[in-house]
Amino acid sequence: MATLTIDGTEIEVEDGITVLQACEEAGIEIPRFCYHERLSIAGNCRMCLVEMERSPKPIASCAMPVGNGMVIRTNTPMVQKARQGVMEFLLINHPLDCPICDQGGECDLQDQAMAYGFDRSRFAENKRAVPDKDFGPLVETHMTRCIHCTRCIRFVTEVAGVEELGATGRGEHMEVGTYVEKALTSELSGNIIDLCPVGALTSKPYAFNARPWELAKTESVDVMDAVGSNIRVDSRDGEVQRVIPLLNEDINEEWISDKARFACDGLRRQRLDTPYLRKDGRLVPANWSEALAAVAERMGKAAPERIAAIAGDLADCEAMAMLKDLFTALGSPHVDARQEGARLTGGARAGYLFNTTIAGIEEADACLVVGADPRREAPLVNARLRKRHSMGGFRVGLIGEPVDLTYRYDRLGNDAALLTDIAAGKHAFCDVLDAAERPMIAVGEGAFARADGARVLGTARAVAERFGMAGDGWNGFNVLHRAAARVGALDLGLVPREGGRDVEGILSGAENGEIELVYLLGADEFDTSRLGAAFVVYQGHHGDAGAMRADAILPGAAYTEKEATYVNLEGRPQRTARAVHPPGEAREDWRILRALSEALGKPLPCDNVDQVRARMAEINPVFAGIGSVEAAAWEPFGEDGSPDPGPFGTVVDNYYMTDPISRSSETMAACARAFLSPAEAKTGTDG
Amino acid sequence: MSEAFALTPDNKAKADAFIARYPEGRQASAVLVVLDIAQRQNGGWLSPAAVEHVAEMLDMAQIRIYEIISFYEMLHAEPVGEHMVRVCTTTPCMLRGSTDILEACKGELGVEVGETTGDGKFTLTEFECLGACVNAPIVWIDDDYYEDLDPEKTVAILKAFRAGERPEAGSQIGRRGSEPVGDWTSLTEFAAPGGAREGA
Repeated sequence: MATLTIDGTEIEVEDGITVLQACEEAGIEIPRFCYHERLSIAGNCRMCLVEMERSPKPIASCAMPVGNGMVIRTNTPMVQKARQGVMEFLLINHPLDCPICDQGGECDLQDQAMAYGFDRSRFAENKRAVPDKDFGPLVETHMTRCIHCTRCIRFVTEVAGVEELGATGRGEHMEVGTYVEKALTSELSGNIIDLCPVGALTSKPYAFNARPWELAKTESVDVMDAVGSNIRVDSRDGEVQRVIPLLNEDINEEWISDKARFACDGLRRQRLDTPYLRKDGRLVPANWSEALAAVAERMGKAAPERIAAIAGDLADCEAMAMLKDLFTALGSPHVDARQEGARLTGGARAGYLFNTTIAGIEEADACLVVGADPRREAPLVNARLRKRHSMGGFRVGLIGEPVDLTYRYDRLGNDAALLTDIAAGKHAFCDVLDAAERPMIAVGEGAFARADGARVLGTARAVAERFGMAGDGWNGFNVLHRAAARVGALDLGLVPREGGRDVEGILSGAENGEIELVYLLGADEFDTSRLGAAFVVYQGHHGDAGAMRADAILPGAAYTEKEATYVNLEGRPQRTARAVHPPGEAREDWRILRALSEALGKPLPCDNVDQVRARMAEINPVFAGIGSVEAAAWEPFGEDGSPDPGPFGTVVDNYYMTDPISRSSETMAACARAFLSPAEAKTGTDG
Repeated sequence: MSEAFALTPDNKAKADAFIARYPEGRQASAVLVVLDIAQRQNGGWLSPAAVEHVAEMLDMAQIRIYEIISFYEMLHAEPVGEHMVRVCTTTPCMLRGSTDILEACKGELGVEVGETTGDGKFTLTEFECLGACVNAPIVWIDDDYYEDLDPEKTVAILKAFRAGERPEAGSQIGRRGSEPVGDWTSLTEFAAPGGAREGA
């Protein structure tokens, strides 16, 4: 601990922190542009100057480590004058085009110029102008506004792990740019928009859309992947204008993936805003009572074992709980949520969670990734793995397709037999796992969604047990989910009951006529042509694959339009908030199912959302603890026996289009065109 | 875009010798020398292929290499002439007539500053202080300083280069190093007439 005096107050702080951090602890805000607590220290903007006793010049507080007995002053005329001088230099080449700048109103330079700026310029010469760069379809550049804080360069290099940005030229000619002009190939690139303290990097899709003071700000949760990043949804005029990250140290720190940030324009397109019924082969608009009556008639008539339900990747827990209860009431055991064919059966919770937790990755010291591409399946989990990797002493091994994870890893090959070898201690990587005190394993969908997925999981459990991943106080066994709804579905038990069919069984049943009605709760990620002659009810918010095939459409609400619960891959239940109203006649999903149960004459005993949530907590107590993770007990899961030899497949070919919202997004389509080869960009719904 | 590039075995050995001077994992410290070697091999500039090669060799990102190239005037990301003519125009040289020297260069070569002659022989640039002010004005051609110039001597040197000769570098008025032009004016007791100091 070091004791120092800041503005006459003595404060004791940890050793090794900087003067700027010490000032923050003392409750004094220091102006800054280049300093950012999650990036390395650059010390080049000079805005954070403070006075230090026995130093003839002011010091840059962001780059000065604290020392015992230091006397710091932050409010002297000298400090004020130094900062004013810095500000004047920063403004020499800054265009002051705030009225046409998207950063206006949330600009660090604008704010700090209010405190330290001079009311006129003494600079009579020409300001410099810098050509704009092309960073791709997401980040708009206005390089003349750049003040060279290098936050974007440091973020892209250190956090995103894609060394593509740099400072070229020297002195007055310095510019931030790329070498060969090209788009940034990072799925975290949008974060440099937030990091930029001026308007040099702004959001391309959001350009000239709104001013920050016009926006209604709603704190919510992202559902574009299973990470459950905390977001703020900014809306105006009943439309979502943009999505930006919220700080949550346990999940996303202060970053979000590009899909979470930019897919929001998909919420405005392809929306289902009224019920539809298929008449003479064409979908025609209907009203709610007609639609519910038509669906109830078909559902009521059919024998219970001939109806089935599939819950999709974006379904919320309230709706899934109601769906499960409705089908139980009707007597059908055919309910499944595992569109990808995951061989996860619910039950032992440790067997389908990311038990280490995302923040817990930082405590691990070795990692084995099995059949996953964390960078595309859960970018922020990968960012955390990279963060851990750059701390040093963290070996990562991968069994799977060769992918660029942005950090070095040992590619062990792509064969399930390798996992068997490791479980038997017969592989070179075992030495790494043996030496590690807190090793972890992450099993991806490419592994657990195979036909022998249960045995893959069983073998992964054997690996965990062999290498001490399942000991006291440390759980290193992790399942890397991709869909926001999946963990919630497993917690609620949306898996076939005794004698029930899974998704594959439902589809083959529909093909051969054994299933005559399929209820899709936002389920689009399977081959809808296999639904055969079945009557298909689609409840969801986008006119995607499922709605195309549907015979009745019940329009639901998207994640920004309802207060709904999602459980992230760690098993952390979180709640979204309503930022805007669902379009047209669309309704919250649990209400639709409740209304349908009424129409079926089997009303569910939940009349308001609190009762639904009480029911959820009754099914699984984890739903009572919103926002927290409960450690799952280590119980048997998976099947014994070795998985069949053979490669694990890839799950995400097109990172930018994985769900109905991102498939409807023009921005995501532009990304797919810019970043992926034509073959990769195929979505399956093209053409 | 550009052809493939790889260091010749000789140059590779040279580069490796420099890389070996730095501790394991710090090979990037040799980047300036390796870039210089690559640039000499590649006709005076670093093509994207050369950058890629060096980046791979030193395990650096290409943008990091490009930052260095764009920082140092001695490294070029664009093709240049066979001979780099760099005229110092900083204050001491300017006071000693570098403006005329620069004009003489422009006239003789028929190009403006920053341009390359049509035959690809010369690239003319201005340069900040070459650090040899005592012998101003100075022109730096390839690896040599040509000092104590006047416009006529400058033209003669450029003509010689064009003819494929390599004029004698250093002072063009016959003084040695940076000794006084005339006689010694101080410490005369140590000065041997027309020669180096005794002793020290």
